[in-house]
Amino acid sequence: MTPAPSPEVLQAPLVVEFPFTRSLGPVQSAFLTGLRTRTVLGVRTTDGRVLMPPVEYDPVTADELSDLVEVAPTGTVTTWAWNPAPRRGQPLDTPFAWVLVRLDGADTALLHALDASGPDAVRTGMRVRIRWAGERVGAITDIACFEPYDGAEGGEAVPHSGEFTDPVTGIVAPARLDYTYAPGRAQSRYLKALADHTTRGERCPSCRKVYVPPRGACPTCGVATDEQVEVGPRGTVTTFCIVNIKARNLDIEVPYVYAHIALDGAGLALHGRVGGIPYDQVRMGLRVEPVWSEGSRYPDHYRPTGEPDADYDTYKELL
Amino acid sequence: MREVAIVAFGQSDHRRESAEVSEVEMLMPVLHEVLDAVGLRADEIDFTCSGSCDYLAGRAFSFTMALDGVGAWPPISESHVEMDGAWALYEAWTRLLAGEAETALVYSYGKSSPGDLREVLTRQLDPYYVAPLWPDSVSLAALQAQALLDAEDAEDAEDTVVDERALAAVAARSRIAAEDNPHAQVTGSPPPEALLEDPYLVRPLRRHDCPPVGDGAAAVVLAAGDTARRLCRRPAWIRGMDHRMEAHSLGVRDLTRSPSTRLAAERAGAFEAPADLAELHAPFTSQELILRRELGLGEGVRVNPSGGALAANPMMAAGLIRLGEAAAAIHRGAADRALAHATSGPCLQQNLVAVLEGDVL
Repeated sequence: MTPAPSPEVLQAPLVVEFPFTRSLGPVQSAFLTGLRTRTVLGVRTTDGRVLMPPVEYDPVTADELSDLVEVAPTGTVTTWAWNPAPRRGQPLDTPFAWVLVRLDGADTALLHALDASGPDAVRTGMRVRIRWAGERVGAITDIACFEPYDGAEGGEAVPHSGEFTDPVTGIVAPARLDYTYAPGRAQSRYLKALADHTTRGERCPSCRKVYVPPRGACPTCGVATDEQVEVGPRGTVTTFCIVNIKARNLDIEVPYVYAHIALDGAGLALHGRVGGIPYDQVRMGLRVEPVWSEGSRYPDHYRPTGEPDADYDTYKELL
Repeated sequence: MREVAIVAFGQSDHRRESAEVSEVEMLMPVLHEVLDAVGLRADEIDFTCSGSCDYLAGRAFSFTMALDGVGAWPPISESHVEMDGAWALYEAWTRLLAGEAETALVYSYGKSSPGDLREVLTRQLDPYYVAPLWPDSVSLAALQAQALLDAEDAEDAEDTVVDERALAAVAARSRIAAEDNPHAQVTGSPPPEALLEDPYLVRPLRRHDCPPVGDGAAAVVLAAGDTARRLCRRPAWIRGMDHRMEAHSLGVRDLTRSPSTRLAAERAGAFEAPADLAELHAPFTSQELILRRELGLGEGVRVNPSGGALAANPMMAAGLIRLGEAAAAIHRGAADRALAHATSGPCLQQNLVAVLEGDVL
């Protein structure tokens, strides 16, 4: 038994980025298309209130809504918050106020940014108007922000057909989040050892199974695996598949073999590519060893050792 | 109806960073703590339910790794909510009420440290009209706080004016109370007047009005009827529990009120008898004032002796911790009837209220 050394904490940047493509219902489509032409639409509920921004269903009665109305581009701040340090993606890159604005003719408020000189220039009840974005595409960001306004008040909401040429039917909402990923104690130990070309599993103190790679807990016993056990480097192909689809950004010729490999001493198989042998000659029981490329922290692939194939009984529990 | 109780509660120490442990490594000691408290092995638990969020971890199906910590293989009866663990507890409670289980393990955890929490939380917002503006969680809470400060009838349950000093008083009281909570992330506070000398973070909120960002985990064990009596000297019986939510658009709500909290409390039976303790999940100081009014909490009720979410707010766990803290107070005889509240989403979007009681000893 090797006592577990206290590992240096491994961390790495992790970026999660999705361009969400979302379709729009008839009300949302009309609203966002309207913004493109500087037209602000709300929707009238069955009890006569005007919801702006408009939604497809009444939040109180759940009635389906379709009675579109046009409201004014001017309105009144109902609450605000001063944002002294704008963050990525927010409407303005200089300090601004977040505001809820009830546009003239509407009964509910829209969240957006207010361009103001400072917090002392903002108050609940102040009058504002929309500042339109120069380039408008049919998105909530077609409203660049609000700005202070001391002109006339807009009138009542007026009916609107909601019909536009070339209506917007969907939006693409890019979303990016930046993380610093930390794999924790067990996986840090594993990855550190792997960088030194050593594979270390961890043994469950209860059922004695050796997990490779270790995740920190034995899923059968629900206890920490903290006894490190060196396994491999050689192992046995327990099962495999032949990959015929070329992966993007992966410089591997197809077809190739991806296999479950039970390293000697491990209680379960890990995944790896098998090379150094024609794909159609890989078989269950094939004995393999890792191949490390220069400077790599993990094996590039596994290749045959030339040993006789392992007997099925030696790995049948590891399939 | 079947009686169901919280019979054990445990939580991790809550910290700003926990890079040296994975989720399951952070969680496992807490699971062992609650199982040890009732003398059960993981395989003696009938149903397991957890709460966590992939957006915190930045990974899909991140909860499956944490499941290793309960010994989920061979497959156990298990469920997961992408919500605070208070809602996992609700699901487990219904299982026990339905007679499908005698015992349940409920846990939740969140590590906010890998990401930028204020940005991560924007992803829970309306994707059409709101999320493209990336309004961060503190800014949205500030809009609610300003609405409360502006309200003409800005009075809390004690009929005092809601001003920034009242907000600071909530912060100071919570963090001074947290000095007795060994798990708290932020403890101690200067008096409210001194807090008001700090600059605004997002006006009208100062740093003290906001919860600490941190990592942590919590777990409880539920048990029914005589099983609960066998496992715990004084079970915290769940007399009622309900959860409700507001319309999702902030602009259609009166941000100074929380009708969903009041309705949930009504349905949970909160108003049938006075409580002596309330654990409220109010991440922002202004939200405590709103909740106190909706729940009708007067001077006789101790509110958040744990320090509440202003002392530690591990995402996905802080709501479950309110239920756990309230139950633990009943376990040790420090309360007889307690309210526990959990919230989720921006500006008290969704609210859960539970009524817990201990038997007269």
